[in-house]
Amino acid sequence: MSEASPAKAYTLHLGVIALLFVLSFLLPEYYHGLLARIMVLAVFAMGYNMLFGYVGLLSLGHAMFFAAGLYGAGLAVIQLGWSVPLAFLGGVACGAVLALVIGLLALRTTGVAFMIVTMMFAQVFYLLILYFATWTGGDQGMVVPQPARVLSLGATSLELTNPTVRYMTALGLFSIVLLITSAIVRSRYGRVLVAIRENEERTKMLGYDTFSNKLAAVVVSGTICAASGAAYALLFGYVGSSFASVQYSILPLLWVLLGGAATTLGPLIGTLFMYYVIDITSGYTSAYLLIVGIALILLVLFFPKGILGSIRQRWLGWLP
Amino acid sequence: MMPLLTTKGLSRNFGGLRAVDGVDFALMPGEIRAVIGPNGAGKTTFVSLVSGRIQPSSGMIVFDGADITGLPAYIRVRQGIAYTFQITSVFANLSAYDNVALPVQRTLSDGRSKGAVRTGVMAALERTGLADRAHMPAGQLSYGHQRLLEVAMGLALKPRLLILDEPTQGLADSEIDNFITLVREIAKNATVLLIEHNMPVVMQLADRITVFNAGKILAEDTPEAIRENAAVQEAYLGTAP
Ligand SMILES: Nc1ncnc2c1ncn2[C@@H]1O[C@H](COP(=O)(O)OP(=O)(O)O)[C@@H](O)[C@H]1O
Ligand SMILES: [Mg+2]
Repeated sequence: MSEASPAKAYTLHLGVIALLFVLSFLLPEYYHGLLARIMVLAVFAMGYNMLFGYVGLLSLGHAMFFAAGLYGAGLAVIQLGWSVPLAFLGGVACGAVLALVIGLLALRTTGVAFMIVTMMFAQVFYLLILYFATWTGGDQGMVVPQPARVLSLGATSLELTNPTVRYMTALGLFSIVLLITSAIVRSRYGRVLVAIRENEERTKMLGYDTFSNKLAAVVVSGTICAASGAAYALLFGYVGSSFASVQYSILPLLWVLLGGAATTLGPLIGTLFMYYVIDITSGYTSAYLLIVGIALILLVLFFPKGILGSIRQRWLGWLP
Repeated sequence: MMPLLTTKGLSRNFGGLRAVDGVDFALMPGEIRAVIGPNGAGKTTFVSLVSGRIQPSSGMIVFDGADITGLPAYIRVRQGIAYTFQITSVFANLSAYDNVALPVQRTLSDGRSKGAVRTGVMAALERTGLADRAHMPAGQLSYGHQRLLEVAMGLALKPRLLILDEPTQGLADSEIDNFITLVREIAKNATVLLIEHNMPVVMQLADRITVFNAGKILAEDTPEAIRENAAVQEAYLGTAP
């Protein structure tokens, strides 16, 4: 994996980024907006993949990291009047700190217990959002006012409500996170994470402190998910408690499974595919979630490695 | 001279079974020590206690003058105790290269170049005769080669004490000859604790032999003396294939 053709992988990633850039000028308005949203959510999925795909830790509570970024950035703008870049960093920092604390506690467990513990923490986080409704807007959520969603760069100011600015900002975040995650998984640290996934006991016997390595992975993962949440709040202007609900812990798992766990582009493909399927089927029938469910079951049954995982296994062994 | 490794009253129970039972053991630096004994004698359990893979019920382990009884396994590895598993436990889905890169990259301190990892990995693979299989998934190597990969991973840790748990199991005769040469070479820089069933290998390599039986040390002596020892013959050599 870490030895396989770095140049090819690099080219592929740059190619995907270039394609997304060009699509900005080709897509009709509706799909343009949808793709911007998908890119931001794909960042969420990439963060999830970091932990689930590479370290093999299945969390059912990642909505809390997304929501930490979402509320961290949203509240910073709404309640504290912070500027967009500061609010973004504030949201990311919230996610990082939360991930550190949750990691320290939840990593005492493994397997099913880890799933349950992360889910419980996320539920606590969700209930706290509802409880502190005075600040968070409770289940109504909050709208980040349009005038505040402006990125001032010296003399010029970019309005994040402008579709092109929004698309390019989403693409920027997506690209940075894609390049960072692919660098991490190719690094020595990435090799250790995969070793932990494959056989944690053996990894310890090679002198690795697997707890610290896993903790670092939780923090990286949580931070990326928070970046996604923070960008979501600032780009789309809505901060709602539904993003902290269990549904948003399960969605990134589905996106990653669909696209291919432990592949760098799987999260994007999975997110894209799921939205595409929902979009098409909801045009035909109101029971579209049923169809999505069936599609997922078929995929997991016949392509357990997801779309890119299966392609890598059957045809393109070098796929990152 | 101070022993590199000492155990005092080391014991481990599994339920009612005393798998290792009050073992006092000492190993001198530079030695090749063979540990023999019938199946179930407690040899693997003993070295697992030394490596920190399992915790003792009682007793003490001293390595290089320091009490390491309470240290987690990964710290013992960093202090120089490397353990190769009896039940092959390579990373089956990773390439042989990556399997060895894991120990190599950890022993390289402070951000050295990618080249250093590659050099270290290829050196360990060359020494075990696996260099031409570097890019095969470890799970697709033959059983004997997986055993050698285990040894390569142990070597790559640059250990001061290398524990080998039945390393020749499943090796062909020609591979065993290479293996004996390899262990002699390793022993120039490290102390070797070798659990081994193959008596010719033991007789050729060991400076001293420790015989385990029912969790206790039955005898400890030179290879010649052990061969003549009546109690050992009864417990072990008599039943050897
Ligand atoms: N994890 C374990 N749980 C229970 N019993 C064990 C365990 N490991 C070893 N034993 C028992 O301890 C005894 C010693 O085993 P072991 O150390 O593997 O012997 P050897 O390596 O000399 O063949 C055996 O009776 C074995 O069944
Ligand atoms: Mg054994």
